[in-house]
Amino acid sequence: MATAELKRILESLFFAAEAPLSLDRLSVLVERSKADLRPVVTELIETFDQAGYGFYLAEVAGGYQFRTRQDYAPWVRKLSKERPFRFSPAALETLAMVAYRQPVTRSEVEYLRGVDSGGVMKTLLEKGLIRILGKKDVPGRPLMYGTSRKFLEFFGLRDLNDLPTLKEFSALDPGLEMDDWAEAADLLPASPDQHDESTESL
Amino acid sequence: MAIEIRLEKFEGPLDLLLHLIKTNEMDIYDIPMVEITEQYLAVIDRMKQLNLDIAGEFLLMAATLIHIKSRLLLPVADEPGEEEEEADPRAELVRRLLEYQRYKEVARVLEDSSQLDRDVFVRHFSLPEYLGETDEEGDTVGIYQLTAAFHQLLKEASREVYHEVVREPLSVADHIQLVLGRLRESPRLAFRDVFPQRPARAELVVTFLALLELVKMRMIHLVQAERYGMIWLSLAVPADQRDVPALEEDSFGYG
Repeated sequence: MATAELKRILESLFFAAEAPLSLDRLSVLVERSKADLRPVVTELIETFDQAGYGFYLAEVAGGYQFRTRQDYAPWVRKLSKERPFRFSPAALETLAMVAYRQPVTRSEVEYLRGVDSGGVMKTLLEKGLIRILGKKDVPGRPLMYGTSRKFLEFFGLRDLNDLPTLKEFSALDPGLEMDDWAEAADLLPASPDQHDESTESL
Repeated sequence: MAIEIRLEKFEGPLDLLLHLIKTNEMDIYDIPMVEITEQYLAVIDRMKQLNLDIAGEFLLMAATLIHIKSRLLLPVADEPGEEEEEADPRAELVRRLLEYQRYKEVARVLEDSSQLDRDVFVRHFSLPEYLGETDEEGDTVGIYQLTAAFHQLLKEASREVYHEVVREPLSVADHIQLVLGRLRESPRLAFRDVFPQRPARAELVVTFLALLELVKMRMIHLVQAERYGMIWLSLAVPADQRDVPALEEDSFGYG
């Protein structure tokens, strides 16, 4: 089939799909290799970008999905009676920690935040933004949490690598050290585990 | 210095400390402990005056600050062979503050990102609960949802009072065969339909255990079309491998 036809097929699939469609899934659906499909999808993204529609083809959660443009959010919001969900600073802080530190236990998050986080984490779990990954092999076998695919969809992230790189703050003013970036992996080792022990003995 | 702070906006003691350090333009690597402790305690005092519930975490941090302050006052014992202690008692606190600040920054980025259903929208569908043959469309059911579904069942099961106690031998192995038998008849079963109509609690539990064992043996799939939607069971093995050869009840260890 011609590329133009393939483009229209993919377009119709994105239009009709409920969740982001990955290249893997597209490959099964249209019976073409991922290598064949990738340039067509890229072209589609550009097409919708340049055509100036009220929506665009977004790359989220390992797939592709039509989304309305942010500029038109005030209008689209009127469609629904529900007010959009607002994240509390506590929820966002906790999400950030789980996203970068996963798999992470509740007590590790609490040590990082300095406050009890049980309620926040339960809410995030119920909203499906974080999920249980397993149990940590330490005394008490605490649950380990990580972020879900829904988390990526919710914040429009392609994958976890799409998260902003953690800034290495060597000074407190965030404006001062803009160039100073650090890998998430470099972050503070060990101390949450110390905390684990101390809570164990309490 | 008068402290003008809206107390409720602080997420916790680390947040409050960061704020104090910033507004006083203190050097994070050389925090003046006397001053910061004084200011921190002043804020706590004001919380008390306003009859705010002071979370334990704020008090714990106050204790930590006072502890660090007192350790700074002690002469440094530089006897060799003594246990290696951190040179600066403030080091751990500084590390925590910087780390916390990083995540606060990320939280801000997340807040500003194009959030679904707030800034960007996708099309919503009301599809039937199960999407036909396409197995991949369903989300894999996590243990959290599975237990939630089971709890719902247990809640509905009556707590009958039995006057005569009859020990009914319920075997997980038997129930595994039972569930497999049901799946042989229809390729997909609703989670709820696997359980008997008016079951005793013990029977619910044994059936649920059988389910878990089957998942563990990778004999069945559990999928659902949407979160908190109905959970569906289907066979994960081809037809000719559906028979579980002689399951020993003892091998499960439920005794």
